[in-house]
Amino acid sequence: MKLLFIAEQRQGKWNSTSFETLAAAQQIAGDTSSTVGALVIGKGVAGLAGELAAKNVAEVLLVEHDLLEAYTPDGYCVALKQVVESAKPDLVLFPHTYQVRDFAPKLAAMLGKGMIGDCIGYRNEGGKLVFVRQMFQGKTAADVTFQSAAPWFASFQAGAFRSDLVTAHPSGKAPVNAVSVQLSAEQIRTKPLDLFKEAKSAVDLTQAPLIVAIGRGIKAPENIPQAEALAKALGGEIAASRPICDEGWLPMERQIGSSGQTVAPKLYLALGISGAIQHVVGMKGARTIVAINKDQNAPIFEIADYGVVGDIFEVMPALTEALEKAKQG
Amino acid sequence: MNIVVCVKQVPAKDAPLAIAGNWIKESDIGFEMNEPDSYALEEALRLKEKHGGEVIALSMGPERAKQTIKEALAKGADRGIHIADDNFAQLDPLGSAKSLAAAIQKEKFDLVLTGLQSDDHGFGQTGVLLAGLLDLPHATIIMAIEVQGTQMRLKRELEAGWFQHIECPLPAVLSIQSGINKVRYATLKGIMAAKKKEIATLTRESLGVSIEPTQRVEKIYVPTKTKKTEFLTGSPKEVAGKLVEKLKFEARVI
Repeated sequence: MKLLFIAEQRQGKWNSTSFETLAAAQQIAGDTSSTVGALVIGKGVAGLAGELAAKNVAEVLLVEHDLLEAYTPDGYCVALKQVVESAKPDLVLFPHTYQVRDFAPKLAAMLGKGMIGDCIGYRNEGGKLVFVRQMFQGKTAADVTFQSAAPWFASFQAGAFRSDLVTAHPSGKAPVNAVSVQLSAEQIRTKPLDLFKEAKSAVDLTQAPLIVAIGRGIKAPENIPQAEALAKALGGEIAASRPICDEGWLPMERQIGSSGQTVAPKLYLALGISGAIQHVVGMKGARTIVAINKDQNAPIFEIADYGVVGDIFEVMPALTEALEKAKQG
Repeated sequence: MNIVVCVKQVPAKDAPLAIAGNWIKESDIGFEMNEPDSYALEEALRLKEKHGGEVIALSMGPERAKQTIKEALAKGADRGIHIADDNFAQLDPLGSAKSLAAAIQKEKFDLVLTGLQSDDHGFGQTGVLLAGLLDLPHATIIMAIEVQGTQMRLKRELEAGWFQHIECPLPAVLSIQSGINKVRYATLKGIMAAKKKEIATLTRESLGVSIEPTQRVEKIYVPTKTKKTEFLTGSPKEVAGKLVEKLKFEARVI
């Protein structure tokens, strides 16, 4: 098979998930006696292509055009369709980023193909690739296979593969081949404007060693002081999963997950958090994870070191008291 | 401004999931409007209140999906379209999008809204595929919409706290990020008014859509554990005491 890995950059900087997907591509290639090509798209990204060439890949495709300087779904789809048609890969792999979600399904559909998105792994079953993704917000895993002829399209979730397992090129550098694409301004219908961050947040959760995080299980904003009391007894920061911040019960800056902060504290105490994947990608790097949830099948227990199946409204005050006692003792 | 909003019916959040092959046993569980889609519906209603026009709630699925359309009508959508498809849960993202696109094409619309992803399959592709099939511009993960004549100024969420403004012409397809607004509840008056609103029923056959699956969910299963979890049991007080011990002397994190 011929694999094509599409790296992601913005303003000349890599999206680090790219290298996790390169690791995945190299592993699949090793498992299936395939070759990996890497692709970088943009303008003025020859330097990034050179970085990719130092990895263990057969070649690097450099796709540059003035109209590809800033990402647009139209520009990327028109350009990459041409590259896929000429390079004829069997399997095209992406990191599952917000940008990839924005264009890759359409790219596949323009070629009459499907994409298996947000995969967490794969298996090679006698030459047939089975992709593993999550369904029901992480409560189940699903084995998914392609049904139509190649090319196939798939994306891998952040954290699914380890970027430190990317192997270097065995003999120095792979060739970098520039691929020219035809693209005109009228094909690009949306116009990207400024990139910005909201008002600077007062709290930097990424630096907090101890985090108490609440999820839907907290039920009502009136109950949040109980969790805050626990965080105070622990000497940690309060944080939350997305629904809590969507409701406005805690400010957005305290949101952990794919659209919020990514944290790796010493201790992450998850209260009433089911463990939907969008949350888990933001905290699975924590050294110790404690989960308290009334549902023993909640996916958060998959990654917890210590688990308590129970009512958070009973456990929270008891734990606050025990922590305060431990401090005194 | 005429808006088609795609709303999916999914198993209720607290429904116990009994796995059956590549789907779940549907008997004995409740269904509800996919939460991310409720934000798209709310955004459609707000745009209509501001700019006038009509909101059409579009849903695909078996007969029960009509309940989700009725909920949208009760909240203020003007009419509904139900694509009756008993095999909906087995369709791949492209297959579903083809039927939805064919139904949308029959309408006079300015904007198509979808939620970001569904809480069951979680493919997260419908909006982007609709844009491709309808040959319209699109943007996803939208946190604000400002209509300026035939243009929209959008706020798109990026990763790690970043945002971007985008200009997008109408007509277009947008996938709405959860949390963009505060969703309303249906009022009694709305529920009564919904009874008089029309729900048109279409089928894949009547739309002339043929589908070839590009992918198939072979089976679903409870994920295998990657970490060994030590479960602590006892009364809340006992559990709390044990946990503090563990964190202090075993994990050494406090």
